[in-house]
Amino acid sequence: MNIKELTQIREQQWWELIKRLNEEPFKYHIGDGEISLKGEEFKLQQRIALRNIGIINPNKIEEYIATGGYFALARALENEPKEVIKTIKDANLRGRGGAGFPAGRKWEAAAYHETDEKYVVCNADEGDPGAYMDRSILEGDPHTVLEGMALCGYAIGASKGYIYVRAEYPKAVASLITAIEQAKAHNLLGNHILGSDFHFDIELRLGAGAFVCGESTALMESIEGKRGMPRNKEFRTTERGLWGKPTVINNVETLANIPPILTKGAQWFKEIGTEKSSGTKVFALVGKVQKPGLVEVPMGMSIYDIVYLIGGGIPKGKKAKAVQTGGPSGGCIPSHLFDTKVDFESLEAVGSIMGSGGMVVMDENDCMVDIAKFFLEFSVDESCGKCTPCRIGNKRLLEILQRLTLGEGEISDLTKLENLSRVICQTSLCGLGQSSPNPVLSTLNYFYDEYKEHAQDKHCRSGVCKALLRYEINDRCVGCTRCVQHCPVDCISGSIRERHYIDATECIHCGECFKNCPVNAIDVF
Amino acid sequence: MKIFINDKLIHVEEGTTILEAAKLLDIKIPTLCHLHLHDIKFINKQASCRVCVVDVEGYDQLLPACATPCKEGMKVSTDSYRAIQARRTIVELLLSDHPNSCLTCAMNLDCELQQLAHDLGIRRIHYEGETHKEPIDNNSYSIIRDPNKCILCKRCETMCTEIQTVGALTDIGRGFFTTVGSAFNRPMNETTCTFCGQCLAVCPTGALTEVNNIKRVWQAISQDKYVVVQTAPAVRVALGEEFGLPAGTPITGKMVTALKRLGFKQVFDTDFAADLTIMEEATEFVNRVKSGGKLPILTSCCPSWVNFMEQQFPDMLDIPSSCKSPHEMFGALTKSYYCEKTGLKPEDVVVVSIMPCVAKKYESRRAELEGADGHRDVDYVITTRELAIMIKETGINFLDLHDSDFDNPMGESTGAGVIFGASGGVIEATLRTAYHMITGDELADTQMEFQSLRGLKGIKTASVTIMDRVFNIAVAHGLGNARKLLEGIKSGEYEVDAIEIMACPGGCIGGAGQPYHHGNMEILEQRIAGIYSEDRSKHKRRSHQNEYVQLLYRDFLGEPGSEKAIDLLHTHYTPRPRL
Repeated sequence: MNIKELTQIREQQWWELIKRLNEEPFKYHIGDGEISLKGEEFKLQQRIALRNIGIINPNKIEEYIATGGYFALARALENEPKEVIKTIKDANLRGRGGAGFPAGRKWEAAAYHETDEKYVVCNADEGDPGAYMDRSILEGDPHTVLEGMALCGYAIGASKGYIYVRAEYPKAVASLITAIEQAKAHNLLGNHILGSDFHFDIELRLGAGAFVCGESTALMESIEGKRGMPRNKEFRTTERGLWGKPTVINNVETLANIPPILTKGAQWFKEIGTEKSSGTKVFALVGKVQKPGLVEVPMGMSIYDIVYLIGGGIPKGKKAKAVQTGGPSGGCIPSHLFDTKVDFESLEAVGSIMGSGGMVVMDENDCMVDIAKFFLEFSVDESCGKCTPCRIGNKRLLEILQRLTLGEGEISDLTKLENLSRVICQTSLCGLGQSSPNPVLSTLNYFYDEYKEHAQDKHCRSGVCKALLRYEINDRCVGCTRCVQHCPVDCISGSIRERHYIDATECIHCGECFKNCPVNAIDVF
Repeated sequence: MKIFINDKLIHVEEGTTILEAAKLLDIKIPTLCHLHLHDIKFINKQASCRVCVVDVEGYDQLLPACATPCKEGMKVSTDSYRAIQARRTIVELLLSDHPNSCLTCAMNLDCELQQLAHDLGIRRIHYEGETHKEPIDNNSYSIIRDPNKCILCKRCETMCTEIQTVGALTDIGRGFFTTVGSAFNRPMNETTCTFCGQCLAVCPTGALTEVNNIKRVWQAISQDKYVVVQTAPAVRVALGEEFGLPAGTPITGKMVTALKRLGFKQVFDTDFAADLTIMEEATEFVNRVKSGGKLPILTSCCPSWVNFMEQQFPDMLDIPSSCKSPHEMFGALTKSYYCEKTGLKPEDVVVVSIMPCVAKKYESRRAELEGADGHRDVDYVITTRELAIMIKETGINFLDLHDSDFDNPMGESTGAGVIFGASGGVIEATLRTAYHMITGDELADTQMEFQSLRGLKGIKTASVTIMDRVFNIAVAHGLGNARKLLEGIKSGEYEVDAIEIMACPGGCIGGAGQPYHHGNMEILEQRIAGIYSEDRSKHKRRSHQNEYVQLLYRDFLGEPGSEKAIDLLHTHYTPRPRL
């Protein structure tokens, strides 16, 4: 295979693809060499990482080639590896896995070290609750990840790549296996790629579902067959990574951005997004939003635009309360800050992070103490147990939150929450621990009143924390006894056709009376 | 490169950690998981406890001093308010998941967590909640594992996996419920554990401790039993540490007096049996040399080593000497020779061994060492630490005791018996006697100290020429070194005639039953020095010169390697390959 044959496939397959897509003309917009999806929700989006999703058949390498796939690799092989690094650096592509470290600088650092072996690792251990950006790319466009990895391998001088993908993504695994086989068959992976002296192979490693294995050094431990626990941060992975060799580890979305950048140039990419955060970002927009789903928008779009213009706003006419970005490591941004731009710096300035792209919308029915508890429960469950602050500290944080939501908290607990959170952030060994108190800190910051109500007044304004609810029967009671019949602890008394009373000391806040009252005679406080 | 710690300038080499640099400046940074035993190449650099965090200019995070390399111009503050408060919180968190049973814990006053809480002046634990409630593993005869006291420093794992290459311990479970355990959380006696006990020698808390046999010994003494005690060579150079004396201080005479005061009927010496072991082992060696038998010969005094070999090298069980370990030989003789001499009935006699070792507890229960009538050579084994407790418990003022001599006929020993306590000693003692057996002459005093076989180097070798034949000798201490040596023998890298192996660093003086060294390897050096100075102070330094051993052969055993000697003093090994 050479670039001429690749061009032949492209030209021939392009018309095949168009023919297939034209069978469903209402779904696709076919322009000059570009295909996009039709629909209101796509108008404000700009799809780079997701450019092929829903358009090409992921199991046919020809369709990927038809849209220009593997040409970035073919052209790169005609130039020096450092040209690739220069383009990525100039484009200012920042890692999409969460921390936003410039990919070009990472590649440059790994290229600098001269060793017998280097590695490229694709982090496909997507684990944030409710996030599925990487999954859709792996399932819908696996070749872009392979091409991105091969380009990285060429740039840094590596001949071996690993994709660490969750075993819970069977479809993604299957699609990757097919893609690797096809790429090898087409001489786009393996030895002497496209007739050059560049060799590059990719192997899959299936993760067993531990969230911490998304942390780069824990992931490498896991690839090496050890327990997935983060390493001490003595060396950068670009110096000593997998098996002690220089390693570049990039997330799926980062790698998916590589081929288009090399095809269209650094300048094109830099013009998208903001000055410091170039390009686009994929978000999994979920929660209390009319049209949930994956969205890819230019960096710098406001939260408001994403939630209301793309997501269609909050269902049932309710008021938005906050947006949580960055998964369990992120923070909650209150609705009055919805004009915050979505880029690395702006999100950090309001106490959250970009993370890998989870975006959970919350409305007035969500209790922020409960939300903090939910995310912390996840972190406590997923802590690897190595360092003290994360292992025990997060557990103690969670216990305080549990007490608050059960009405057993005290006002002094709020100071404890804040102090302990700071220590955990400052002293934990890896990113998981350092960021796990973020949901607590950001909600404490923006929703202190709600915390105070839980601690002092034993009251949950959103009605989520059941233990804090107080049920009372009002004058509308007609004495039908329905509530008495449904109360599991027999704490309601009263004669037929007379007003009933709830014994608050016996009530277990189950809400059965409220649900079954035919005349709305039960108030909840 | 230069860095500043608490505004003090210091020049350090590249690769130096902040902790090491601070030490050079005499600035103490508290640590817990960190442990570096240079001499045996043990380094536990997990940076997991986070107790040693310090403030470094330009970083939002506090960095662990134990694992952060210095960088040019770095400005470190070890005593900032932020760092101190964070450390306190971390220790409070550790204490919040730790049983507050310090007063009854085996590590009381030896616990590093306790010391840390004391040093930081912790008066209240602000964050309390759920704690570990794991079952305690006391299934083995040697080691008790209490996961509830584990602080996950992983020193035990590093020791077990990297130094001893046994790999019986690892972290299991996840999150808050992570703890150090075995594969499938099986009890220690069902794992590859050899009971060397080095895990508990480095455990900073009471998560790993020895099985305590003090009560059984007291019961035996108080009942109508004839309780005989023997003390291993390494005990006498370490027991003093428990009473505030420097390591290596000779307190043999005081120890004997103390044992008599405790109520033991006879206070004998394992060194006597060590001399006897040499007679048997040297005979076996000389016979193998003369008859072209299997070489190299391996010493078999160390039960942990025997266990390791049975599990990991079951195909090499024809190499080790068939000699029982000295204290087992002693036990067998007490219940035969001594009883015959005194008219006591073996069932009325209880043999107690004071050992620097926890594996000896397991060894005394080995099926291979059970007598035909069901009695055991040794009934109870207690460690140096346990003996110190018994002495303190009785109110004996140890330091004021006068000196006493061991009882006879099994208390006499030569310098060769004494040096069993240090790595290289057994083989040196064997050479002293084997030379005599082969040549009929004696090695000169100047020639019989084999300096190249002494000390803390992992694998030591020497060549000795006896009657024109060159004998290659190798010594290993630590099971990782032993593995290297054995694999080297298999591969042909090492061609040796005799090998001594001890499971613990430095030999028995570094045993897991000794007073805790708390990472100070100088203590081991001082104990070694104590052993060799005791050897030099003896006017007889060759086992075959021991008159009571000679008497024993004359009156009872016949000659070394006789049928009776084989029956009483030798054993066999069983392959025990484990997962």
